[in-house]
Amino acid sequence: MTQTLLQVKDLKTHFFLEDGVVPAVDGVSFHLNRGETLAVVGESGSGKSITATSIMRLIPNPPGRIVGGEILFNGEDLLKKTEKEMRAIRGNRISMIFQEPMTSLNPVFRVGHQIAESLMVHQGLNKQEALEKSIEMLRLTGIPSPEKRAHDFPHQMSGGMRQRVMIAMALCCRPELLIADEPTTALDVTIQAQILDLMLELKEQLGTAIIMITHDLAVVAEVADRAVVMYCGKLVEEAPVLELFDNPLHPYTRGLLKSIPHINDNQERLYMIEGMVPALTNLPPGCSFAPRCPEARPRCHVERPSLKEVSPGRRVSCWLHEGGVR
Amino acid sequence: MSVLVHVTNLTKYFSIRKGIFGKEVGQVKAVDGLTFDIRKGETLGLVGESGCGKSTTGRLILRLLEPTAGRVEFEGKDVFKATPGEMRALRKDMQIIFQDPYASLNPRMSVGDIIAEPIKLYKLASGPEIQKRVEHLLSCVGLASYHARRYPHEFSGGQRQRVGIARALALNPKLIVCDEPVSALDVSIQSQVLNLLKDLQQEFGLTYLFIAHGLNVVKHVSDRIGVMYLGKMVELAGDDELYNNPLHPYTKALLSAVPIPDPRAKKQRIILTGDVPSPVNPPRGCRFHTRCFCSQDICKHHEPVFKRVKPGHWVACHLVEEENKK
Repeated sequence: MTQTLLQVKDLKTHFFLEDGVVPAVDGVSFHLNRGETLAVVGESGSGKSITATSIMRLIPNPPGRIVGGEILFNGEDLLKKTEKEMRAIRGNRISMIFQEPMTSLNPVFRVGHQIAESLMVHQGLNKQEALEKSIEMLRLTGIPSPEKRAHDFPHQMSGGMRQRVMIAMALCCRPELLIADEPTTALDVTIQAQILDLMLELKEQLGTAIIMITHDLAVVAEVADRAVVMYCGKLVEEAPVLELFDNPLHPYTRGLLKSIPHINDNQERLYMIEGMVPALTNLPPGCSFAPRCPEARPRCHVERPSLKEVSPGRRVSCWLHEGGVR
Repeated sequence: MSVLVHVTNLTKYFSIRKGIFGKEVGQVKAVDGLTFDIRKGETLGLVGESGCGKSTTGRLILRLLEPTAGRVEFEGKDVFKATPGEMRALRKDMQIIFQDPYASLNPRMSVGDIIAEPIKLYKLASGPEIQKRVEHLLSCVGLASYHARRYPHEFSGGQRQRVGIARALALNPKLIVCDEPVSALDVSIQSQVLNLLKDLQQEFGLTYLFIAHGLNVVKHVSDRIGVMYLGKMVELAGDDELYNNPLHPYTKALLSAVPIPDPRAKKQRIILTGDVPSPVNPPRGCRFHTRCFCSQDICKHHEPVFKRVKPGHWVACHLVEEENKK
C-alpha cells in the first residue's frame, strides 16, 4: 500500500450559468496521506466546498460540471467511475459530514434506522445486525443510552447530538477518507470542543484520513496536520500547520491570520484586508488577490502566478516568492 | 462614568400554548431576573450559548418585547412605563443592528430610502438636506454616495451590514444594541466591520450592548463582559479581569473551549459533558449544576445569588462564596 490516499490533480469544476461560466474550482492540486488530517481553508465562495463535493462526485449537473483534472483515490481515477461504482464508494470508503446536521438527516426515519441503512447496503448485514452495529456506533460517539436514542427521530435531538449521529453514520463502514464540511460551524463553542475532540479520537481509533473544510483558522490550528488555503477557486498556499502559522507566505494567508481577534492579546485595532472578494465571473487578469494585496507589484496585476514549491512540502502561488522564500 | 441604562430584575417568560383554546401548558424562561448597568460610552458584551437569552435581553431593553417583570431605566426614565408618545421619543436614542443583513433590509427599497426613512419619520431634516445627511452617513460607514441609488441585493454581506449600521446611526442614537453583527460575515470582512464599529463609537460617543457567541470577538470589542447561562447572568466583570481571573465554572469552561489560532498553544480543555438543559424546565438550584465539574450538594438545592466579590466583579456561584468566607 502506498502512503498517498488521495491525489487531486488540476481539478476544474465550472458552473455554466446564464450570466457566464463560473470557475468555482479552477486548477486545484493537492494530495492526502493515509491517516492524515488536511484542512482546506477559505472564505465563502473560495471553492472549498465545491472541491469536496467534486471528490464525492456530487456536483449538481446542470449547471455544474467537472471539466478537467483527475481525482486519484488509491490510484484509481474517481472521475472515470460509473455512477454505480461511485455509489459503492460513497458512504463506504469515502464519507462526508455536512455543516447542517438539521437538514442532512431524514426527518421521517429513526436515527438508528438511518445509520443501519448504509450498513445494510454496503456490508450486506441483515436488519437486526445492522441495528445492533448502529447502536454500537452511537455508543462510540458518546451518545448516552444509545439503545433508547437509536429509536429517536432527528427532531428529538439537539444540534450536537445530531452531529454525533452524522459522525456515527459517516464512520460506520470504517471509511478510509472522511470529508467534513464545516462540521462545527453551526454549533456552540462548548459543543464544538466536544465534537472536534470526538473526531480526533475516532480518527486515531479507526485510522481514517480527514479532509476538514473550514473558514476558521482556530479550528485548523486545533486539528490539522497540513493545510491548503484557497482563494477564488485556486490554491494560494499549502503548508504543514506549524509552518503555516509561524511563517505564512502568501499575503492573503498573512492577512487572514492577522485579522482574527486574539483572545490573549489586547490590540486596539484589528488588521483589515481591504476590499472584497471579486466576483468569480469577473476575475482580474493577474493574481486574483492583487486588488486587495498590500504588497502587490505591477506584475501581479497583469500576470497570474502559479503554485510553486518553495521548500519541501510548502507551495505558494505568489510572485513575491518566485525566487524561493524571501 | 455615569450609568446610561439601569436594568433591574428583568424577566421574560414566553408561554407555550396548546390546543384550540390556547391553554398555557408551560413557560420558556428565556430571561430570568437580570440586574446590571450599562455605562455611558462603554461597550458591554453579552456572551452565552444559543438559547441563553442574550438576544431576548437586547430586545427587552429596547422594548421590542414586553417583559414579564422587571425594570429598565434609560437615563432615569422607566422604559416600560413610557406612553406611546414618550416611547417614540425614546426610540430615537436606542437603535439596533441585527445579525442577518440579508433579512433586515427591505429588498424593495433603495439603500438611500432605507437610511432616509428614520430621518423623515422623525423630521430631522427636509428637502435636499435629507439627501446630504444620507450621503454623510454612507461615507461614515465607508460606502460611496452612488450606493444610495442601489438596492440591497446588489451588495455583499459586509456592505449590507454597513447599510444596517448607517440606518442605526441616522437618528444620532445614544445606545446601539448590536445583536451578533459579525456572526454571518467572513473573517476578512468581520475585522472591517469590527474596526468600523469601534471608530464610530469614538466619533459619535456611542454606547454599545454587544451580543455575540464568539468569545474572541466579544473580548476584542468590550470593556465589560456579562456571561449568561439559561436566562441568568452568571458572571460580570471587566474584559481583562474576566479572561485572566474567571470565577464561575461555566466561564472557565467557556473560555477553555474557545479554539485558539495557534497550533502550539497549550490546551487544557475543560470539556463540558452533555447539552444545555431546556429553558422550559431548568434544573433546580444552580442552573449549571447538571454540567458543572465541581458541583456540590448545595448547588442542587439552593440557587446562588448574583453577588459582588470584588470591585466590578460579580458572580453567582456557591463555591466562590465559600472560598471568600475562608
